Amino acid sequence: MTAGTSWGRWPRYEHQFRSVSHRFDALPRETSMLAYGNGRSYGDVCLNDRGTLLLTRGLDRFIAFDPATGLLECESGVLLQEIIELVLPYGWFVPATPGTALVTVGGAIANDVHGKNHHRVGSFGNHVLEFSLQRSDGSILHCSPQQNPEWFSATIGGLGLTGLITRAALQLRRVPGPWLRGDSIRFGNLDGFFALAKASDRDYEYTVSWIDCVARGKQLGRGVFMRGNHTQLLRATPSDKRLSVPFTPPISLVNGLSLRPFNALYFRRPAAAQLNAVWHYRSFFYPLDGVLNWNRIYGPRGFFQYQCVVPNDIAHWVLQAMLEKIARSGVGSFLAVLKHFGDIPSLGMMSFPRHGVTLALDFPNRAAPTLRLLESLDQITRDAGGAVYPAKDARMSGSSFRQYFPAWESFMKFVDPQFSSSFWRRVTGDA
Amino acid sequence: MKRVLVVGATSAIAEAVAREFAARGDALYLAGRSIERLQAIAADLKVRGASTAAFGGFDARETHEVVALVERATQALGGLDTVLIAHGTLSNQQECERSIPKMLEEFATNAGSVMVLCTEVANQFEAQGHGTIAVISSVAGDRGRQSNYVYGAAKATVTAFTSGLRQRLHSKGVKVITIKPGFVDTPMTAAFKKGALWATAPSVAKSIVRAIDRGSHVVYVPGFWRLIMFVIRSIPETIFQKLKL
Repeated sequence: MTAGTSWGRWPRYEHQFRSVSHRFDALPRETSMLAYGNGRSYGDVCLNDRGTLLLTRGLDRFIAFDPATGLLECESGVLLQEIIELVLPYGWFVPATPGTALVTVGGAIANDVHGKNHHRVGSFGNHVLEFSLQRSDGSILHCSPQQNPEWFSATIGGLGLTGLITRAALQLRRVPGPWLRGDSIRFGNLDGFFALAKASDRDYEYTVSWIDCVARGKQLGRGVFMRGNHTQLLRATPSDKRLSVPFTPPISLVNGLSLRPFNALYFRRPAAAQLNAVWHYRSFFYPLDGVLNWNRIYGPRGFFQYQCVVPNDIAHWVLQAMLEKIARSGVGSFLAVLKHFGDIPSLGMMSFPRHGVTLALDFPNRAAPTLRLLESLDQITRDAGGAVYPAKDARMSGSSFRQYFPAWESFMKFVDPQFSSSFWRRVTGDA
Repeated sequence: MKRVLVVGATSAIAEAVAREFAARGDALYLAGRSIERLQAIAADLKVRGASTAAFGGFDARETHEVVALVERATQALGGLDTVLIAHGTLSNQQECERSIPKMLEEFATNAGSVMVLCTEVANQFEAQGHGTIAVISSVAGDRGRQSNYVYGAAKATVTAFTSGLRQRLHSKGVKVITIKPGFVDTPMTAAFKKGALWATAPSVAKSIVRAIDRGSHVVYVPGFWRLIMFVIRSIPETIFQKLKL
């Protein structure tokens, strides 16, 4: 894919590019810079319209790995996938991972990404031991909970605005091998989800649900609950064959015609109800990484992601209101995901994950009607005292953002004067 | 386990090749200009499985350093089995047209220093009766084009030189491999829009390692460049001189 676009393929901006491929090199002298890793954030947190993107994939070296302790030190452009390939044979795995392994370590820190085990281990930042931050004034800050702790906290979830993360040290987690064992269980409505989540979060490290956001009435919020744990199993690793969406279709393939049958089939497929199932980690964590460029199915206008988190005590009613709105709109998504966030606090002052229930959906970009729907979802999130995930956003209003992230004002003093992003200008420009 | 000297080890292609060797536990000696970069690359190769990843400074313009370099590498690894020569500069053609010293310097870096290195290593390998010398030339050496003929002339020299060396060492158990990469997507070109002709450094590296393992003679990476360059070489001069290549 071409550098300078985000995963939602919207918005499209003009950039200058500077490759950063050696971590000891000085930052280029540019007035407006932003690190761009592997372009997996969805909206505009990784974009910098008419500014410079620092392409960091060249910073892809390991620095040290201790197979006895699981301590890994690497440059910030290394992908989680590259880490897994290196450390899994020694019985280690990334401690927290989003639904794609094709993100860089720098991006994972800057967005404080989370995974299916959030209720157990918190988000990515909770496993970062320390990192180096290169500032435009030429200084290099070594940040950890002990050293420059305020910079540590500002940079985790700091959306790349505090400077360039050049390297980081992570604590990996022990695993018995590449396999996971668990269940896939259908639930008929939202009550079913909450009951399963309650019953599963204690015994299963990984839990997540797919929901059918087209279903209405009594079936509102029906879906499939997946839960699993790492397991020891001697079995040949399946082949890593990858499919690809070779070109961008002229219109979104996700539309009113395809959505309903797809969701119904996905709900009814036999694999949706499977007790004591075994998954390879790739199909458990990263099913879509097996389909290169899957984001092209939304056509040339791209798509929006919407991910919010709302407090536990009112989550049921809030989600019901949202799902009703989405089902009525008929512009729902294939990839609707529901998950409990646990109560381990994020270390970043601007981190998104917080205790509650998170809902993630994607919508083909149909301009005004889609934006109206998303704004009405924002209204519900605001009223619920929740928050929307910047890494997936391309449209929330500045006032929504500032309500979701009240620390933004104290965060301002950590923003490097030569760093900026389209997202940041969008959500703070009108303050 | 192979003992490999990589010259120009901070180049994207060389680094990718070194990672392939490291992954199978080979012992590596890295030579290049920036000690800081070599150190970072060596640490990475150790993590990736290299049994040794030693390094030392080397500037290809200082050809008198070649003997010392080969000695140091041989000593550090306890012998040498393979040498990859990958250093070079992507000459600025216009600058070379304006400045003869610049043109000669580019030629010395991209051709002269390679000849010196090859000769030194060839003599050592001939004496020991085995070894592989893999040299990065370029498709640019297959036919001079107005956009980069100084670079192209240097690479044509490398191609002809390694061809002769291959003949000389054929009966001595020493392999000489001429590698001609096409367009390679490195961090330096990450911002370009890439057509089907572009290959990534890791995939090019895999082809290079395969060629070294097989003891190939002349390899184009990716392979389709052999056909492209055949076509380009076949264009009659009367037509070629009118093209804007």
